[in-house]
Amino acid sequence: MDKRVIKVTVNNQVFEREVETRRSLGDFLRQDLGLTGTHIGCEHGVCGACTVLLNGNTARSCLTLAVQADGAAVTTIEGLAAPDGTFSALQQAFRECHGLQCGFCTPGMLTTLTELLGENLDPTEAEVREAITGNLCRCTGYQPIINAALLAASRMRAARANEVKA
Amino acid sequence: MKPAPFKYHSPATLDEALELVGTLENAKLLAGGQSLMPMMNFRFVMPDHLIDLNRVTELAAIEQRGEQLFFGAMTRQHALHSSPLVHKLAPLVVESYSSVSHRQVRNRGTYGGSLCHLDPSSEQPCFTAALDGVIEVASRNGKREIPMAEWTAMYMTPALAEDELMTGARLSVWPEGHGWSFLEYSRRHGDYAIVGVAVLVTLDDARRITRLAISLCGIDAAPLRLSVAEAELVGMTADEGAVEHAMRITEAIGEVMEDAHNSADYRRHLAKTLTGRALRVAFQRARAGNK
Repeated sequence: MDKRVIKVTVNNQVFEREVETRRSLGDFLRQDLGLTGTHIGCEHGVCGACTVLLNGNTARSCLTLAVQADGAAVTTIEGLAAPDGTFSALQQAFRECHGLQCGFCTPGMLTTLTELLGENLDPTEAEVREAITGNLCRCTGYQPIINAALLAASRMRAARANEVKA
Repeated sequence: MKPAPFKYHSPATLDEALELVGTLENAKLLAGGQSLMPMMNFRFVMPDHLIDLNRVTELAAIEQRGEQLFFGAMTRQHALHSSPLVHKLAPLVVESYSSVSHRQVRNRGTYGGSLCHLDPSSEQPCFTAALDGVIEVASRNGKREIPMAEWTAMYMTPALAEDELMTGARLSVWPEGHGWSFLEYSRRHGDYAIVGVAVLVTLDDARRITRLAISLCGIDAAPLRLSVAEAELVGMTADEGAVEHAMRITEAIGEVMEDAHNSADYRRHLAKTLTGRALRVAFQRARAGNK
């Protein structure tokens, strides 16, 4: 069995593990680290549920090998809230807008929209829709997800404006 | 849904990678992994050796080289899509990438990976053909160049020898003020095109066509340059008459691939319609007398 020892920073915590080289990053997170917030759906890059942030940018964790994340920083859905458990603005907006039903697509939706709002605090509805074209919600609850992203963006803009004033 | 076991290699330099490619049997090169990893997860592909190029940083580059633009094979699709240099010198490439899959995939997917995977419906070989791309390849024994017109050996197979890998490609830079357009039809945004078309054009002071490139994907194993239409339209005024002439030629394309979902006739119809639309957009964007 081809194995390697890798060191990955996941949600600001460093993990060193020996993994089989064919282990996907998604399986590494779920099975080796017990971080089951990342969901594995289609395992061929179509559904988007397994999306994580790899060095700050979204990546399909089913199409990335764990060994490829050696030395990298990974953020999963477990790492989006503050250390005390306070939701991020996006998570809070998802909760208020009912941006999830069964919750299967949610880890991918949140990481994808976290990347979008990190780059663009004032997205149009069309830009939000475009951003989540790579994430399937089989409950078809897209509209509340889009509403949540736009609500989070407006709150984040307001928070930034207040920071500037202060 | 899990890949079969393989021996993993992660070379740090091009020389190390070439040594591995030149010596290992049944090896696959891993670029962005957005096509190869699904194929391995499904066990359509079961290599004994996986050579991961992601640590070979010298293969990722976007550079202007005189009248040409160089893209390293490991350049991420998102890097090309968001590059100000590419936006300025080859807006066709940026527009094409808006149709390539989704952001999460473009973050990892690479230009070279797509050129070597060579899906007949992919946008990237199509714009590379329109821009007269020259593919640079290397092996332990040296380097060589393959013009895009000779890049496709057969269906989803580039003209690479067993011991070679693609290092990058040079694309021609069209003069400032040229017109461009990339259009495609797919069932869902981000899917591979059923048919796609890339158009580039320059006009003289009287808005007559001085230079034209039309490239189609989804028609054949290789991107199809419409050389007959290109030659016949040069000298014509960039108006509806030229558009209709090009559409008549597109409608008469002989061999067109087909599958269970899309017949040859349907693809031919899409090719005609999209070529017409793309020409209109490119004509509109082209400044008169830019050459």
